Amino acid sequence: MSTTAELLKGAAELFPDEVVTQAHVRHFDLPLGAGRFALITLDNGHDHTKPTTFGPQSLANLNAAIDQVEREASEGTIVGVGVTGKPFIFAVGADLKGVELLKRHEDALAIGKGGHEVFKRLAGLAVPTFAYYNGAAMGGGVEVGLHCTYRTVSAALPAFSLPEVFLGLVPGWGGCTLLPNLIGAEKAVTVIIENSLNQNRQLKGRQVYELGIADALFEGADFLEQSLIWTAAVLKGEIVVERPAVDRGEGWDQAVAKGRFVADSKVHGAAPAAYRALDIIAAAKDGDLQKGYDAEDQALADLIMGGELRAGIYAFNLVQKRGKRPAGAPDKNLARPVTKVGVVGAGLMASQLALLFLRRLEVPVVLTDIDQERIDKGVGYVHAEIDKLLGKGRVNQDKANRLKALVTGVLDKAEGFADADFIIEAVFEEMGVKQKVFAEVEAVAPAHAVLATNTSSLSVSEMASKLQHPERVVGFHFFNPVAVLPLLEIVRGEQTDDASLATAFAVAKKLKKTAVLVKDAPAFVVNRILTRFMGEVQNVIDEGTPVEVAEKAVEPLGLPMSPLVLLELVGPAIGLHVSETLNRAFPDRFTVSPNLKAVVEAGKRGFYVYDSGKPELDPEVSALLKQGDVVLTEEQVRARVLEAVAQEIGLMLDEGVVAEAQDIDLCLITGAGWPFHLGGITPYLDREGVSERVTGKRFLAPGVASVPA
Amino acid sequence: MPRTVRDVVFVDGVRTPFGKAGPKGIYHETRADDLVVKAIRELLRRNPGLDPKQIDEVAIAATTQIGDQGLTIGRTAGILAGLPQSVPGYSIDRMCAGALTAVTTVAGSVAFGAYDVAIAGGVEHMGRHPMGEGVDPNPRFVSEKLVDESALFMGMTAENLHDRYPHITKLRADEYAVRSQEKAAKAYANGKIQADLVPISVRRTSPEAGETGWGLVTADEPMRPGTTLENLAGLKTPFRVHGRVTAGNAAGLNDGATASLIASEEFARENGLPVKMRLVSYSFAGVEPEVMGYGPIPATEKALAQAGLSISDIGLFEINEAFAVQVLAFLDHYGIADDDERVNQYGGAIAFGHPLASSGVRLMTQLARQFEEQPQVRYGLTTMCVGFGMGATVIWENPHFEGDK
Repeated sequence: MSTTAELLKGAAELFPDEVVTQAHVRHFDLPLGAGRFALITLDNGHDHTKPTTFGPQSLANLNAAIDQVEREASEGTIVGVGVTGKPFIFAVGADLKGVELLKRHEDALAIGKGGHEVFKRLAGLAVPTFAYYNGAAMGGGVEVGLHCTYRTVSAALPAFSLPEVFLGLVPGWGGCTLLPNLIGAEKAVTVIIENSLNQNRQLKGRQVYELGIADALFEGADFLEQSLIWTAAVLKGEIVVERPAVDRGEGWDQAVAKGRFVADSKVHGAAPAAYRALDIIAAAKDGDLQKGYDAEDQALADLIMGGELRAGIYAFNLVQKRGKRPAGAPDKNLARPVTKVGVVGAGLMASQLALLFLRRLEVPVVLTDIDQERIDKGVGYVHAEIDKLLGKGRVNQDKANRLKALVTGVLDKAEGFADADFIIEAVFEEMGVKQKVFAEVEAVAPAHAVLATNTSSLSVSEMASKLQHPERVVGFHFFNPVAVLPLLEIVRGEQTDDASLATAFAVAKKLKKTAVLVKDAPAFVVNRILTRFMGEVQNVIDEGTPVEVAEKAVEPLGLPMSPLVLLELVGPAIGLHVSETLNRAFPDRFTVSPNLKAVVEAGKRGFYVYDSGKPELDPEVSALLKQGDVVLTEEQVRARVLEAVAQEIGLMLDEGVVAEAQDIDLCLITGAGWPFHLGGITPYLDREGVSERVTGKRFLAPGVASVPA
Repeated sequence: MPRTVRDVVFVDGVRTPFGKAGPKGIYHETRADDLVVKAIRELLRRNPGLDPKQIDEVAIAATTQIGDQGLTIGRTAGILAGLPQSVPGYSIDRMCAGALTAVTTVAGSVAFGAYDVAIAGGVEHMGRHPMGEGVDPNPRFVSEKLVDESALFMGMTAENLHDRYPHITKLRADEYAVRSQEKAAKAYANGKIQADLVPISVRRTSPEAGETGWGLVTADEPMRPGTTLENLAGLKTPFRVHGRVTAGNAAGLNDGATASLIASEEFARENGLPVKMRLVSYSFAGVEPEVMGYGPIPATEKALAQAGLSISDIGLFEINEAFAVQVLAFLDHYGIADDDERVNQYGGAIAFGHPLASSGVRLMTQLARQFEEQPQVRYGLTTMCVGFGMGATVIWENPHFEGDK
């Protein structure tokens, strides 16, 4: 048994539940009389809904297949070797479930080495090798092809990426080393760093070809046939593949520098993966592949044993799995059909909601407001947005006509809502106003209609309390910008019944939102944590720490923006309002900052001016600030802020605001854009020991979003 | 409105390699629509001078028009092949003569002036759609003795034909079959067949049938080169005890697809498309369903009469070999020797296979090659028998004809 086989056998024992990929070898004569060919098909035996992955046993199977074709190639019985995938899927890389199980650095190292040892054999056969990217290719799937002599790609391929950096890894089975050597550092950095950090952006088949990753592009209908005919022509010398020379001079260094700039702007140095990948790309300039592979092995092992990757995989699973099957949602069969939607209010928020419902549900949406002018403006906004979609080609003229015809506005709620199944209000954030609106709606709406509120901080139960049928009121809290942020907090009031709640979840699914069930507690999840977080930052500023120190203190977390920039985005007035609400609910923990109040009263819309191109504290704001004389260091600020967040999350879990800490993290990832490498926040708080220090225990069991004990 | 009938030409034809139907066949895991789609794409690749927008029709035949052969396969195959949405399509069925009828039907439309150029072809995946799948014959066929009960079983109709012509013995049928295999093997060796085949990628997941994974098919699977009379003598006669029809002297159950380009001669010449054959006449005829193999004879009589030709004018024959006896009945009728070299020069369906509704275009593609090689021949014909008692014949003129030399 070769050492590679032994290495993989050991790794396979650690991962008994692997969905094993077979590497089938089939022989046939190529067209054009080019000779006998061996084609390896990667196939895990499932259909395309369970994409092919590489765990240790899968790698061992590929290794055995390569043993066979290596022998045939050296004996001269075949003229070439190809690799392709099952229908619609090439291969989507390492099996992450196996990565999660790894406990020891040496085992992690073995996974990296195992992949390299198998894949690189494809570059060392006595005959040329060909990868045919027939369908989705990611991570290790992309990399197995990079080791081949030639590649073709299907124009129908929907997704191609090296998503490792997105998850917290590096493309470590040759990707960091081979890709820049194939297409140059600049394009490689785009694929490995930029696309990965841009919400894991995928390439399509044509782009794979245009980037030079593939040597030929063929349409999906007869992709494999044309690839094999092309192969025959290459083997006969009728087609000579020429690739542009790679810039190994300054261009390479500039590309890496640009990659670092991108990484800084996305993760602010807080997550190591992008930087490790860039180090390897930088070193790959000299073309020494084995040195690159060794560096990849080390980086992989280090990252696999680090918390950021574990948090990244945890976050990925939250979004992909828990986000699609909300914890605590009632039986979906209870949901009532929604064939018409009412929106109370025709302001900007209401109009955005109307547009979203319209586009996703494609049912009549009717807006109401207190005067015709506002209504016309609201409907006009929706029409204008549809025209923008039309202009961008996102909808065709027929669809635009259909959508425009579906949105109407009426002054008379009785006329608008008499046959609506789901009515959402987006009126002024004040209990009395909302109660009055719901009473009016209840008087005219059908008995089964769900009444939803987009309130961000008011009690849903209280809002429902004066209705004849409070059981049909649910909280339906979107995050701004509504079209962009996936989170939807669905609030169950004290009297909300299962059918109404199930209807709300069904609507959320159609809206393609990530729905999380939350209790009717002040400010629900995201706003409560963000307010506590920003409140604590504000507190230390008020007590005397300079603004820039407080802001810099949380930079190592790698949040999408600094606390004060976020406050500016939300609007200081709204931030103040939420802090006042929470202060009334929990006066011991939530303060109302006098400085924030002063800023709001001065009519300022933010703390910074951007005249110089970068944010600088607005001198007018600076003049308003009244600070104490307690000056903390960055470390002290960070500790205080994180402890406050940990305390608040602990209390929320005790109160049962959500089912589990996982829901908190899911909310923060999808509603506030908190990064994968933090796993939302609780894996980070556990990792840094903050949870135990504050609450006496971890939020998540060891092994969940962390290296298992 | 004055009209002129236009000359219609066979521009080009291609086919997939034919496979054996059944779980071990090469196409067992391949969809029927994918076969015909790939044939259409190859046809377009071979004729880059044709702008796909100009195609006026896609007529695709299939006998069993359900599942992946249903859904108006002429239309769906066009979309799947990447033809512009503006190109329409339809399905057509005359059982074994499906593709032939697709050709004559679009040819009629071209002659009439309704189309300039059309795709005509056929597909039959007899593994996925065995003969008789989903049929529901009217009970009156039997109760009123409209047809003999054997009429629905093609093998039995072939035995019936042996009964009608006792001088066509099993030995003659077997001798004919051996020659068909020999001629086909020779045609392959001389590269006459491969040039019109489109390679097909095939997947296999069941190891019983051979190596698993993706493979590539570049040759007909049913071929049995080296077949001898002794091999054939011992085969079972599945349709009748002590019968004469065996798997060896009949075409098998097969999977495959064909596609051709039919155009007005004027259009072909203006667009620089090849003109491989010129349509002279076509005809269909009905006979007693229980001896359907007789069908080519009256069909040919009609087609010759229309053209004002006699059988002696025909220099090349492409006769579909559903059964050797049916070919021999035709040859006997016209006094043509069993081994006449004008007949099925490249061998026939006994060797290549006969995926019912696709076969007509195979005959034409082979005749077109023979025309090119034999400019001394002016006329040729393609003919086939059809289930439920029919025959179909198309007479073609060789555009390469150089006059009698």
